[in-house]
Amino acid sequence: MFESLQQNLSSALRSLTGRGILTEANMREGLRQVQMALLEADVSLPVVKDFMATIGQAAVGERILKSLNPTQQLTYVVHQELINLMGPVDHSLHFRGEVSVLMLCGLQGSGKTTTCGKLGRLIKTRGRQPLLVAADLQRPAAIQQLQVLGEQLGIPVYADLNAKDPVTLCQAAVRQAKAQGANTVILDTAGRLHVDAELMDQLTQIDRRIGPDQVYLVVDAMTGQDAVNSAKAFNEALELDGVIMTKLDGDARGGAALSVKAVTGVPIKFVGTGEHLDSIEEFHPDRMAGRILGMGDVVTLVEQAQEKFDKEEMEKQQARLQKGQFTLVDFKKMLGQVGKLGPLQKVMGMIPGMGSLTQMMGDTDAEGEMTRLVGIIDSMTPAERENPTKVIDPSRRRRIAAGAGVQPHEINELVKQFDGMAGIMKKMASMGIMERMKTVRQLQQGGMLNPSARLQSKGDTGKRLTKQERDKLKKKKEREERKKKREDRDKKNKPDDKNKPDDKNKPDDKDKPNDK
Amino acid sequence: MGLFEKFKQGLKKTAQFLNTDIRDIFKGEGRLVDDAFLEEVFEMLVRTDMGIEASKELVADIRESFRARVVQMEEILARIKEKLKVLLAQPAAPIRFAESGPTVIMVAGVNGCGKTTSIAKLSQMFIADGKKVVLGAADTFRAAAVEQLTIWAGRLGAEIVTGPSGSDPASVAHRAVAKTLESGAEVCIIDTAGRLQTQQGLMQQLTKIHRVLGKQISAAPHEVLLVLDATTGQNGISQAKHFTEAVNCTGLILAKLDGTAKGGVVVAIRQQVGLPVKYVGVGEKAEDLALFEPDSFVDALFEDMAGR
Repeated sequence: MFESLQQNLSSALRSLTGRGILTEANMREGLRQVQMALLEADVSLPVVKDFMATIGQAAVGERILKSLNPTQQLTYVVHQELINLMGPVDHSLHFRGEVSVLMLCGLQGSGKTTTCGKLGRLIKTRGRQPLLVAADLQRPAAIQQLQVLGEQLGIPVYADLNAKDPVTLCQAAVRQAKAQGANTVILDTAGRLHVDAELMDQLTQIDRRIGPDQVYLVVDAMTGQDAVNSAKAFNEALELDGVIMTKLDGDARGGAALSVKAVTGVPIKFVGTGEHLDSIEEFHPDRMAGRILGMGDVVTLVEQAQEKFDKEEMEKQQARLQKGQFTLVDFKKMLGQVGKLGPLQKVMGMIPGMGSLTQMMGDTDAEGEMTRLVGIIDSMTPAERENPTKVIDPSRRRRIAAGAGVQPHEINELVKQFDGMAGIMKKMASMGIMERMKTVRQLQQGGMLNPSARLQSKGDTGKRLTKQERDKLKKKKEREERKKKREDRDKKNKPDDKNKPDDKNKPDDKDKPNDK
Repeated sequence: MGLFEKFKQGLKKTAQFLNTDIRDIFKGEGRLVDDAFLEEVFEMLVRTDMGIEASKELVADIRESFRARVVQMEEILARIKEKLKVLLAQPAAPIRFAESGPTVIMVAGVNGCGKTTSIAKLSQMFIADGKKVVLGAADTFRAAAVEQLTIWAGRLGAEIVTGPSGSDPASVAHRAVAKTLESGAEVCIIDTAGRLQTQQGLMQQLTKIHRVLGKQISAAPHEVLLVLDATTGQNGISQAKHFTEAVNCTGLILAKLDGTAKGGVVVAIRQQVGLPVKYVGVGEKAEDLALFEPDSFVDALFEDMAGR
């Protein structure tokens, strides 16, 4: 999208730059593209309009109009302004001395309870003693849900199945926290609509009686135009201190982040990026700006890679490679590591410039392909995995194919692919970092143009001879035979000419097979 | 209270939250349809979450039909509503019941969109019709999801089939159908764990549940309902696409329509994926489920903008 935005901008501006002058009127088409991109990303309309007004001023300013590349300059300004709007960041939870109270609120289904668990875990890893409070008395089994999460995390949960009033429950919870030595209380309140006066009033009651140190609004990243309405209402009722955006692991562009920040003015602290309890990250405006505009997010990818790749395993592999060892077992481990990063298309989408490739991939099932390869490797014996090229014969190939549920020729393809990779891997292990990068680049280029091609052709194994060599050898043999015949004939003709020719012939015969 | 009344009630609250500028457009003796006017109409449409494409199309139609004329608000709105009503028109009967034997309904959606509550509401409706309902708690992943549905089943008087946490959801679904056949119930509703449509592994799991349902009753599931949160923006289209690819959805339940969100994305979904809305959720109680009526829905989309 960012790329298409840039393309649209270029085409809109190309005709203009030709004339040498860029005016506000000329700029309008470019700005319209920006506006559409933001609306498509679910940024609320009033926020988009304000944003466009700011950008509009910047866009007709001297800097852009006189720059050599107005398109780039404009996208830069848009990106920068998005970052400014969503920043500054403040990841601190502002803990106080004795007992800090954090309160989570939001619409139904925005992810409060899960976030409560995630925050609890995060706080615990920072050396504090959290207490989770099940203050959602509305939704059936919400209390049990928090209890299960607490159990999984080893974090105490304050709950009262018979409680009727969340306000008194929260008060009791804070007392309990002091009594049992917990220093951070997280209140998980019930989801409610911002237009439900009664329930909003209840929330203000909790706020007033407990006086939480921090009040966070939990917002679903998929929220559309309505984000401004709900965020505004919650902020008016509670004076929010921060926002936590959830479900950012999907393909939502998350324009709501901009909307919510714009109407509440409070920083976005964290983002939820998965269903697992460790899937919470600090919010970074620059990455979010890229996401809203559909630009790649390499930083997150690298971070994820570092986190998900098993460091020890990587080092082991590296060591093996340096010794020139690379087998199908290593290949499978590599596949597994890549798979951990998530759906390949998502991974590709995070790499700038790969966005369009993601679309091209379309129906090709990259995950399926990987599972298939792993299946084939799993169907092999250890010996076959160690040395597939030498060990696998047609009969073994048939057995592996049957085991993995694929066609025999697919085994060949895998082995060929592996052969190519193994060669490169071994070569790379002995290279310096610069050479390595160069090789990877070459690899990518080759791969892009012809993904199914073998990565490297097989060299001379020393077993087979070329046609010329075979011909040469044949001629030599014939020559020798002729010579022998001639000598035999001579012997018959001159029987008295003793053993001399025989002596000459014998060493010759011995030398020939080794002769090259 | 009729559906339209319910909508109106909800939207009265909405009015407090909307700026008044849209209504101001049409003050006085009518407006000239020029670029500025069309831009304002576009903005009005975008606010409903119907998306840029659908909005542009409607604006183009207005431009063609009314360009350079002086118009009243009512004319323009009537035109837009008419177009939308034609687009959203659908047969009245929402659930396709099995010709003989029990009807199996599968419910899916992203996390927190309101699946379990919607299932409770559906059950309440079927039970009120005198049908016997079996629920299959196939959300074995989320903490206490099974308990949540069990509490509902107890309140509504539906039977429920559950499995231990973390067990294979397809096996729970299978047993739920078996239980339905055995007990002679008319309806079986399968709850599934919430999942984002981009999680391929989980989407495959959903496909498997769908497949397993068809093993005991060949036409099952008779309905696959995707629950969509009305506050969802353009991501709703991606949800509809991917879930339909995985389990061949037959319709939508538009949940949480009692807030200020208008749920306009269903217009884009109808256009691009073809899925009709079957029911709308308008509250937290079991009876807060209404049949989707395109005409009332379209009227409600612009309710706060037409009034003066």
